[in-house]
Amino acid sequence: MKQLDTLREIMRPDEVFPFVHSQKGLEPITDRGVILSLEGVNKSFDGFKAINDLNMAIDAGELRCIIGPNGAGKTTMMDIITGKTVPDTGRVRFGQTMNLLGMSEPEIAQAGIGRKFQKPTVFECLTVAENLELAMHGDKSVWATFRATLSGEQQDHLDKVLTTIGLQEGAKGQAGSLSHGQKQWLEIGMLLMQRPHVLLVDEPAAGMTHQEMDKTTELLNALAGDHTVVVVEHDMDFVRSIARRVTVLHQGHVLAEGTMDDVQQDQRVIEVYLGE
Amino acid sequence: MFRILKGDYGGQILIAIVIAACALVPYLNLYVPASSPFHLSTFTVTLLGKYLTYALLALSVDLVWGYLGILSLGHGAFFALGGYAMGMYLMRQIGDRGVYGNPELPDFMVFLNWDALPWFWQGFDMFWFAMLMVLFVPGLLAYVFGYLAFRSRVTGVYLSIITQALTYALLLAFFRNEMGFGGNNGLTDFKDILGFNLQSDATRIGLFIASGIALILGYLSCRAIVASRLGRVAMAVRDSEDRVRFIGYRVDKVKLAIFTFSAVLAGVAGALYVPQVGIINPGEFSPLNSIELVIWVAVGGRGTLYGAALGAIVVNYAKTYLTGALPEVWLFALGSLFVLVTLYLPQGIVGLMRRRQKEIGHETA
Amino acid sequence: MAGVGFFHHCGVSMQRTRFAIQHWVWMLLLSLTMSFSAATHADDSTLQAGIQNLLAKGFSQKIEGVNQIVESGDPRAEQILQALLDKQLFSVKADNTLVFYDKKTDEAQAKQVLTGEPVAVASAKDLSRIRTNNRMRGQIKQLLASIQLMNPDDAMRLAAVKAMVGNVSPDQVDSIRTLAEKEANPDIKKEMQTLVQLAELKSDDADVVKAAIAGLAGNLNQQVRPTLQALTESDDASIAAAATQTLVEIDNKVTWYGHLETLFFGLSLGSVLVLAAIGLAITFGVMGVINMAHGELIMLGAYTTYTIQTYVLPNFPGVSLIVSIPAAFVVSGLVGVLIEKTVIRHLYGRPLETLLATFGISLILQQAVRTIFSPLNRSVETPEWMSGSIQINEVLSLTLNRLYVIAFCLVVFALLFMVLKKTSLGLQVRAVSQNRGMARAMGVKASRVDAMTFGLGAGIAGVAGVALSQLTNVGPNLGQSYIIDSFMVVVFGGVGNLWGTLIAGFSLGIANKFLEPWAGAVLAKILVLVFIILFIQKHPRGLFPQKGRAADN
Repeated sequence: MKQLDTLREIMRPDEVFPFVHSQKGLEPITDRGVILSLEGVNKSFDGFKAINDLNMAIDAGELRCIIGPNGAGKTTMMDIITGKTVPDTGRVRFGQTMNLLGMSEPEIAQAGIGRKFQKPTVFECLTVAENLELAMHGDKSVWATFRATLSGEQQDHLDKVLTTIGLQEGAKGQAGSLSHGQKQWLEIGMLLMQRPHVLLVDEPAAGMTHQEMDKTTELLNALAGDHTVVVVEHDMDFVRSIARRVTVLHQGHVLAEGTMDDVQQDQRVIEVYLGE
Repeated sequence: MFRILKGDYGGQILIAIVIAACALVPYLNLYVPASSPFHLSTFTVTLLGKYLTYALLALSVDLVWGYLGILSLGHGAFFALGGYAMGMYLMRQIGDRGVYGNPELPDFMVFLNWDALPWFWQGFDMFWFAMLMVLFVPGLLAYVFGYLAFRSRVTGVYLSIITQALTYALLLAFFRNEMGFGGNNGLTDFKDILGFNLQSDATRIGLFIASGIALILGYLSCRAIVASRLGRVAMAVRDSEDRVRFIGYRVDKVKLAIFTFSAVLAGVAGALYVPQVGIINPGEFSPLNSIELVIWVAVGGRGTLYGAALGAIVVNYAKTYLTGALPEVWLFALGSLFVLVTLYLPQGIVGLMRRRQKEIGHETA
Repeated sequence: MAGVGFFHHCGVSMQRTRFAIQHWVWMLLLSLTMSFSAATHADDSTLQAGIQNLLAKGFSQKIEGVNQIVESGDPRAEQILQALLDKQLFSVKADNTLVFYDKKTDEAQAKQVLTGEPVAVASAKDLSRIRTNNRMRGQIKQLLASIQLMNPDDAMRLAAVKAMVGNVSPDQVDSIRTLAEKEANPDIKKEMQTLVQLAELKSDDADVVKAAIAGLAGNLNQQVRPTLQALTESDDASIAAAATQTLVEIDNKVTWYGHLETLFFGLSLGSVLVLAAIGLAITFGVMGVINMAHGELIMLGAYTTYTIQTYVLPNFPGVSLIVSIPAAFVVSGLVGVLIEKTVIRHLYGRPLETLLATFGISLILQQAVRTIFSPLNRSVETPEWMSGSIQINEVLSLTLNRLYVIAFCLVVFALLFMVLKKTSLGLQVRAVSQNRGMARAMGVKASRVDAMTFGLGAGIAGVAGVALSQLTNVGPNLGQSYIIDSFMVVVFGGVGNLWGTLIAGFSLGIANKFLEPWAGAVLAKILVLVFIILFIQKHPRGLFPQKGRAADN
């Protein structure tokens, strides 16, 4: 069966020579409405059901918070959306038509879904500006990358993002020498350079001082609208300060969804968080 | 060229030295009389030429190890394949001057009672074709191997181990007489290249200069890659492969392109090495060779390119000296070098010099 | 002069011999059913008569004498006939007594045949040899074989049967058949029947031949196949068909046993691979440390065996081998702990650097051995109880040293498995390998456990070296030739999975041995390597990957 699939892959009429394809097919999806949807997704690891019949829809321009206790499947959900993990069953769609299953991580990233990891991962051996430059939206094929130079317009965009994340001072410094909070912002900045339609942000407030957290709140709030932002977070205060709509995950399943107040009054949510 | 070398002082010095050597060595060999203490013997010229090809080989390893994070323990295989392609050309040039005087077949084929040239030996009597194969064969092997390995995300030590298995498999294969590459003895007894006698001083000088030019061009092309955005992507891959994927780069293709290019460089180095040492045999495929050249890079300082070239020359000079003077000691020395460099000198000689420079900078400040 | 007479004589003697043998067999069977010794003494006079006839000039009389000697059932009969055959039977000219005398060894002394008493010989001229002719020698040979067929010792009897294969005269067939019916040992019985059937194949009676062919179905005796092969070209079509069919059946059986033998070779090669790899499976699999000096730790184990056998217990290869097992474990284990404490400790989390540093150590160890012992290969003696083989049947025999290696491998594997599963060290090792930080928080001294684990892996490499010293020469390059194979086994089996290592080792060993007959040893090895390279690219985590979320990171 597998060989057959491989053969089919090779014989695909629309992709005879993948390198002649332009990257233009991945231009913004401007429709309003649902931009990201998961339907009936299941994933188990070695018998442990990390995601259990997960259904969720996120509207374009929304700022959605996803909360849940440890092991609720938040990170696994992110992995599935970004192509790192392949679910056992279910469908994941981007916009109205694009099926994310079967796409690789770079393809999904190029299609317009950006991700910020729980642990800040910037490229420490490169400078801040280089980090942003690498993330920049554009043709990312090998040859194009080899020939790439920064155009004036791109430089402007880069400067703008540097200002947004407040790192214009140390742009030429090594990313490795940034503070924890600065790395978090740099990572968000890299997401912005990608010009994604959807930003997936995993625990942006973890390990931040209050001041840094306030700034992050401001940043995320500013981003929503132009972008769709999905935040996974533990810190309830932080969630309250940014969330318009909250989804509670529990054992890989959506337990409740609504405004923060709605959710907090939900009996099941209280049980899950506080115990019986 | 100057744009590529901007800020790369090590590279500038390296290229200046190689250019100077290419000008000086022919003069000292051909025009300074043998009685003068400044005379360079042809033996020394050949030795220096060999070091230059080693330096080019080290560059190719540094490109994938220092910048891409792939520790290849099989780069010796690409070197040897390039060498064999050149060796096949040189074999065909012998013509009927072999021991058996067969105008068509190399001696070892006559010895094995073969009556015709195998298909894969066709065309190697033409220099241009052989040179094409020098580039193509190592490149193709690297491409196929890399395509499979990088697509299925074999990384780290797993990749190192299977590259080692690759060169080991080739070693065993080339030992077989049936392979048609001279088996155990390999290819040797070369007479001339492009009509020039390989034993003559002038040809040796020519090969030395060719090696120098190849090293300079190889350095510039590596440097061009490293200084481009592709080079920064490579370093990003080295530090955090997953993250690079999530910002939209096809990591497997980046690796494949650079790995293949590096293999081609190694092949060129092998092709220049063979006419200078006069032999190519399966021993070049031995895993020990491949891992030894990794230590050249480590000693010089990986991720700097010029450090790799420096390391290749320093370690090989030490090897030439020690295997001559104290053969017992050489393996102890090489072994200790592996241990000490990894433990105490992770940045190699270049790192040491940089640290010293900084200290001096602090003192004067 | 004697030409015509001689042939005439022969014709007569043939008939008489046949009668005599039949008579003799009957007698012997009788004596078997009664008691052997009783018969001996009862027939002393027959023996005497036989000896007298042997001293006569005429060959027919001599044959008569030979027959009488056999008929006597005397235990000395075999010796006498053998001596006659070996030209070591003489008569003393002076008094016509029969003596044993070997010109080469017995200078001045002969031995009396009947009493065994020494007889002084002044000159060889005093003796005259009892002469034989070809015809007579043929008969003596048959008679000797027949006597041996009656030997009470099973092994002697079996050897006698085997010696007779292919040269059974028609005269003997009936007697052997009768013996076969009485034979208690099933193996010997079968061999005897084979003898009879092989003889019957030469019969003129087509039915007898066909019955014999049917009886030989599945018989693996070496002589059966060529004989049947000859019969496939028989003029009688039905005989040819029957022979062909039986031959095909036998060939299939031989092929099947051939496969069994290949499987056995594969298992033994697999055991070597598992032994070499299993220490690596611990250091690489459990600790994530790439130890390129693993091969040299094996080499140290082999040299420990060599040292103990040569310098400590030079005359006891068996004892020294057994002593070597714990000794090699300790030597390699200590070197392993030393490597861990001085080098690897500083490189945790940097696997590629560990690889390079341990490779350096491997070079140092190799050169050290070259300097201390010599660059030449040393051979280690194999104790007696390990040499030889077990003969399963005519076409399949299992060599003992391979059997021991398989058993040894399984024992080592089982012990290691027990250590990891049942002891507190094993528990700590598994804890540290799964979550270093957490294990440390629970009070496990991670650094001590690391050293112990590495020592354990290294020690097992040493033990593998003891086993290898019995199979190959011990030399400085011993380790190098196993390191890549070992890594292949561990990676193919799935890192961190001992069972995976076991199965991978055996399956690679078997695959290698099955490829060898049609690809040759080197190409088989290349094919296996290429297979693994491709396999790893398809399944980077090996045959038995560690599952779960933890494995993803």
